[in-house]
Amino acid sequence: MKILVPIKRVIDYNVRVRVKADSSGVELANIKMSVNPFDEIAIEEAVRLKESGKATEIIAVTIGPDKAQEQLRTAMAIGADRGILVKTDAPIDLGGVEPLAVARTLKALVEREKPDLVIMGKQSIDDDSGQTGQMLAALLGWPQGTFASKLEVNDGKVTVTREVDGGLETLTLTLPALITTDLRLNEPRYAKLPDIMKAKKKELEITDPSALGVDYTPRLQVLKVSTPPERKGGGRVSSVDELIDKLKNEAKVI
Amino acid sequence: MGILVIAEHDNGAIKDSTLSTVGAALKLGDDLSILVAGKDCSGAAEAAAKIAGVSKVLKADSDALAHDLAENFAPLIVQIVKSGNYSHVLAPGTTFGKNIMPRAAAILDVQQITDIIGIEGPDTFQRPIYGGQAIATVKSTDSLKLITVRATAFDKAAATGGAAEIQSVDAQGDSGLSSFVSVQETKSERPELTSAKIVISGGRGVGSKENFALIEKLADKLGAAIGASRAAVDAGYVPNDYQVGQTGKAVAPELYIAIGISGAIQHLAGMKDSKVIVAINKDSEAPIFQIADYGLVGDLFDIVPELTEKL
Repeated sequence: MKILVPIKRVIDYNVRVRVKADSSGVELANIKMSVNPFDEIAIEEAVRLKESGKATEIIAVTIGPDKAQEQLRTAMAIGADRGILVKTDAPIDLGGVEPLAVARTLKALVEREKPDLVIMGKQSIDDDSGQTGQMLAALLGWPQGTFASKLEVNDGKVTVTREVDGGLETLTLTLPALITTDLRLNEPRYAKLPDIMKAKKKELEITDPSALGVDYTPRLQVLKVSTPPERKGGGRVSSVDELIDKLKNEAKVI
Repeated sequence: MGILVIAEHDNGAIKDSTLSTVGAALKLGDDLSILVAGKDCSGAAEAAAKIAGVSKVLKADSDALAHDLAENFAPLIVQIVKSGNYSHVLAPGTTFGKNIMPRAAAILDVQQITDIIGIEGPDTFQRPIYGGQAIATVKSTDSLKLITVRATAFDKAAATGGAAEIQSVDAQGDSGLSSFVSVQETKSERPELTSAKIVISGGRGVGSKENFALIEKLADKLGAAIGASRAAVDAGYVPNDYQVGQTGKAVAPELYIAIGISGAIQHLAGMKDSKVIVAINKDSEAPIFQIADYGLVGDLFDIVPELTEKL
C-alpha cells in the first residue's frame, strides 16, 4: 500500500505572528518556519503504518518556495521515502495558493502516483481554512475521514475514529480513502541525526504547477490583514473574596 | 437570489450553532431557505420553520442522511444549489459544517470562506487567521459563496416567531463509500460549551482526571460549561470535545474562568473574545494573566474549593 502525505511549510507554532505595517499580510522574513504540526502527525501515522507492514511506500508532497525542500527533508527524516516539491513563488499562507488549488494539485499527483491512502493535516495553522483534505476527497470521489484520532487499516477498509463536537465517532471507509489528522492521533517522533543524514540522500523531485496543469490565480482577494483589537488585561485580585466582589459588583457577570 | 443555510440538528431539535448561522445569513439578505437533512427529522424541520426570518424549510429525510456522512450530504447540497437560485450557502463552523462544506465547495468549484466573524458586504468577509493572531478581510470573486460561520461572532436568530413552509426534497441514495459504526457521546447535563454564559476551563495545572472534580463542582455551582486546554485533553483528564483553542472550540461567554492554564497562543485563540476573563494560576508570570481581567495568583487546590464554597 502506497501512502501520499501532503505537508505545508508554515510559521513555527511557537512564533508570535506580526501583521505587516502595510496590512498586506503577516511578516514572514527571517521567521522560523516548520512543518505544519498536523502534517507531522500525518507523516508519523504513515510511518507507523509502514513499520507495521501495512504500507510499502510513503511519498511526502509540498507546494511552496524552493525553501520548502527543508520541510520535505524533515518528512523524509521522520520516515517518508521520497518527496515531491511543486515549486511556486505564489504566497502559500494568504492571497496565493488557496485550498481548492492545492486540492487540484494534489489530485493531479494522486492520479500519477496512485496511492491507496492520503493522510494529511486537518488544517494548516497559518490560514486555518481546514478545507484541503475534504476538497481533495471530493475531487477524487473518495471517502473522507476527517479529524482522525485513531486509524486502522484492515481488509481493504479503513476504520477511523473522529473527534467531533459531541465526542468520538467511528466510521469505516472503503479504500482508497483520505484521512485528515487531529491532535490525538499520535505523538510524532523526533528525527534522529542518522535519519536526518539519510534523508538528505533520498529522492526529491521538483515540479511546477503548469506541469501538473493547475493554475494558482486566487479566488479570494485579501483586502486587508489587521491585528485584532488588543485585550486590556493584567488586572489582579488578592483574594477569593475580592474576586467574588468584583465579579458581582464590578463586572456583574454572576 | 436566495440564501441557503445548512442546519445542524439532532433530528428532533435545531442546534444553537444553526441559530447563529441564520443570524449571520440574515445580514446578507431576507430570502432565506434552510436545509434540514437527516433521518426522521420532522421535529427538526418543524423547529426550523419557526426560526424568525426563515422563509422556507427544505427537508430531506432518508437512511443515507442518518449520520451526516459527508459522502452523502455534500451531493445533496450540490443538487439543491444547482436546482435553485442561491447566492450564498452558509453552514455552522462546527465539526459538522467543517466536514461537509469543503466537500460541497470542491464539487461546485467554489473557494469556500472558512469561519467568518464579520460581514462587510455580500462578497466581503472577515475571518481569523494564524489562530486569531490576525484578521483577514477577504473578497470572494466566485459568483456563489460557500461560507462557514463562527457561531460566537453572530447573534442567534430567534428560535420562534417564524412560520415557514416545509418542502420535501428527494435525496440521492447511499454513496457506498463510507458507513457509520458508532458514536461515543460525551454525556453532560451542563450547558453546551460554545453557547454557555459561563465557561470554567482547566489546564495541565489541574494535574489529573480525578482533580477535575474540583472544576466540575465549581461549574455546577455556577451553571457553567466545562472546557479545557489542549494539555489537559492530551493528558487524558477530559474528553477531546472539551478543548478550547485554535484547533478546538471557540467560545465567547460572559465569564471565562481559566484554572491552571498558562495561556498558550493556541488556547487564547479560542477564548480571548470572552467578555470577562478570570485566571487562577500559581505562576504569576503565566501569559494568561496578560489578558485576564481578574488574575488571582495562588494554588488552585486552595482557591477553587474556597471559591466554590463562597459563591
